[in-house]
Amino acid sequence: MHDHPHHDNELDEMTARARALETILVEKGLIDPAAVDTIIDTYEHKVGPRNGAAVVARAWSEPDFADWLRRDATEAIASMGFVGRQGEHMQALFNTPEDHNLVVCTLCSCYPWPVLGLPPTWYKAPAYRSRAVRDPRAVLAEFGVDLPETTRINVWDSTAEIRYLVIPERPEGTEGMDAAALADLVTRDSMIGCGQPHRPATS
Amino acid sequence: MNGPQDIGGRHGFGAVQPEDETTRFHADWEKRVLGVTLASASLGYWNIDASRHARESLPPAVYYNASYYEIWLRALENLLEAAGEISRDELSEGHAQRPGRRADRRLPAGSVAGVLAKGGPADRPGPDPVFAVGDRVRTRNHQPAGHTRLPGYARSHCGIVTAIHGCHVYPDSNGHFEGEDPRPLYTVRFDAVELYGADADPTLTVSIEAWEPYLERA
Repeated sequence: MHDHPHHDNELDEMTARARALETILVEKGLIDPAAVDTIIDTYEHKVGPRNGAAVVARAWSEPDFADWLRRDATEAIASMGFVGRQGEHMQALFNTPEDHNLVVCTLCSCYPWPVLGLPPTWYKAPAYRSRAVRDPRAVLAEFGVDLPETTRINVWDSTAEIRYLVIPERPEGTEGMDAAALADLVTRDSMIGCGQPHRPATS
Repeated sequence: MNGPQDIGGRHGFGAVQPEDETTRFHADWEKRVLGVTLASASLGYWNIDASRHARESLPPAVYYNASYYEIWLRALENLLEAAGEISRDELSEGHAQRPGRRADRRLPAGSVAGVLAKGGPADRPGPDPVFAVGDRVRTRNHQPAGHTRLPGYARSHCGIVTAIHGCHVYPDSNGHFEGEDPRPLYTVRFDAVELYGADADPTLTVSIEAWEPYLERA
């Protein structure tokens, strides 16, 4: 039946297992390999955290847009073209000097795909999921973030289909920067609540 | 269910390992699992709650030893087997032994962008909410053997309703193909001291989304 009967034995276990399932489904006509390629290309090259960075930069630049994000994040974000799977019901969480927001999904890996892309490995791993809701200051320290003791930490566990985007505080020294330059300062981790935006380079 | 997925607040899982945001995958097989999982959803055998239930139903020793894409792959095998589309024989052989049953529902490459952009909104018409923003509520001691989205750390604790989201599909029902049964959905905020005791961080609050059947008036 096989031209190379030992071929699978040369693959690592997970590669072999994934390939077996895909092969079976393609042979049965249940999936189109080109559709699989298109899905991969979408989340590898098109949909990622630069989308969210553009949302944050606009919120920093345009008070009316920030207000819209507060009132109806789903619509405000959709107006920039970021829609669809795992972003159907969006809420923006604005950090302030008094309140820091941090997002987790303790039960699985819920994450706002249209604005941040696929979740990073650590977001899906037990260490983050178990500790974010209990000891977020220690988790933040592992990201190099040290918040003042007086800052409240509000953790949001994504137990339903609401997805959260943290809007970090605009860094000082960014007056006059345009939205594209501001977006370059916004890190993915800062939009989960696990980091701070970059500071502008001093000239 | 009190399964391996319910780890919020648990100890012993070690340190978080941050990673550069340009890293998308760690191996080619992870990409294929992502694509095959999303494409297979179009066959219409399960919903998002049932797929989560398939993942949390893996044996704990398997779940904790698996990367998240391995969890996805194992759950997908189980979902397709339960649907009658594949067999363990086929998986060990690595080839199909008979044709697919729902090949007519195969997702074509040209439809991917539209399907991803459409997503799957979970809001539905449903009953009026019993609770109001600002109400003090207590989560029930809700421990079904099946799927639920009330995490163990937030059971039997008092919190404040901070938002109402209308009615959303009820996972405890939908995850078992027993209907969408839309129920009012709330954001409930807890103080960490209420959840974990006097030693907890006094500056910490934790918010969950809770469907009305998870709650009672405090």
